[in-house]
Amino acid sequence: MWNYEKRLQYPVNIKTPNAKIAQYILSQYGGPDGEIGASLRYLSQRFTMPNRMAAAVLNDIGTEELAHLEMVSTIVHQLTRDLSMEEIEKSGFGPYYIDHTVGVWPQAAGGVPFNACEFQSKGDPITDLFENLAAEQKARSTYDNILRVVRDIPEIADPIKFLRAREIVHFQRFGEALRSIQEELDAKNFYAFNPSFDNPCTASCKTACQKS
Amino acid sequence: MMCPNQCTPKEKLLQRINEVSFAVNDILLYLDTHPCCQEALAFYQECAAERRKLMKEYAQCYGPLTVDDALETDGSTWKWMEQPFPWEQEGGCR
Repeated sequence: MWNYEKRLQYPVNIKTPNAKIAQYILSQYGGPDGEIGASLRYLSQRFTMPNRMAAAVLNDIGTEELAHLEMVSTIVHQLTRDLSMEEIEKSGFGPYYIDHTVGVWPQAAGGVPFNACEFQSKGDPITDLFENLAAEQKARSTYDNILRVVRDIPEIADPIKFLRAREIVHFQRFGEALRSIQEELDAKNFYAFNPSFDNPCTASCKTACQKS
Repeated sequence: MMCPNQCTPKEKLLQRINEVSFAVNDILLYLDTHPCCQEALAFYQECAAERRKLMKEYAQCYGPLTVDDALETDGSTWKWMEQPFPWEQEGGCR
């Protein structure tokens, strides 16, 4: 269950439309390393996490990603809402415009539609958490690429910098969740079995303070 | 941050809510992996209390940001629907 708040996690207030940049940033909505993929990845994977810490991290980061996809789609909306036909045709936004006018639709910068194959839910927590660490880094790289394009436009760069910084925090938390699972496995071979499938849940749902 | 000197009291209050809510979001993830950290627990408590207070204050002055506060102003109309979405800049759904 979720509860909606009528505010953005970080404010977005873009006054000057720019179709070309909108098409770039759209990739962080529905592209290969975008926020939709991130949110669906974590919210799907959380069911097979073997301990409460990992499930909590996936649940709460997956929830925050929903706020990020709202920020990214707000950026795209504000960059496209007052475009003239001339700008649309000149900027290369024409093909998108033909299919979607200026509606927000999940696709990559290159026009590839969002696809669930952008992420995995493997049912193995070690595998899934390594994917998540990589996913956070890939998203950070994409934000770095966007920032090189928009660095001189503070009204766009500012919220993008916020989103980039969150990728780094999420990477850290996923690393801690992964460690919490590995500490409860055989250190000589973390892949000896899938702790969510082959074995009864040996990982404890108690927190470290409850255990001691 | 986003609004320098010329922002209205309403914008200032929303900015304060954004800041304190961000502190809650961030410490929440930290507590997920450090559930025994007393310092973090105290920080959460402080920020969460401030957030509750400011959310209520905003709802009373300007309308609800969540459905839980929908009737804080007055119950004669459905203020939740009337509140703008956060991507709007000019009102009228734009």
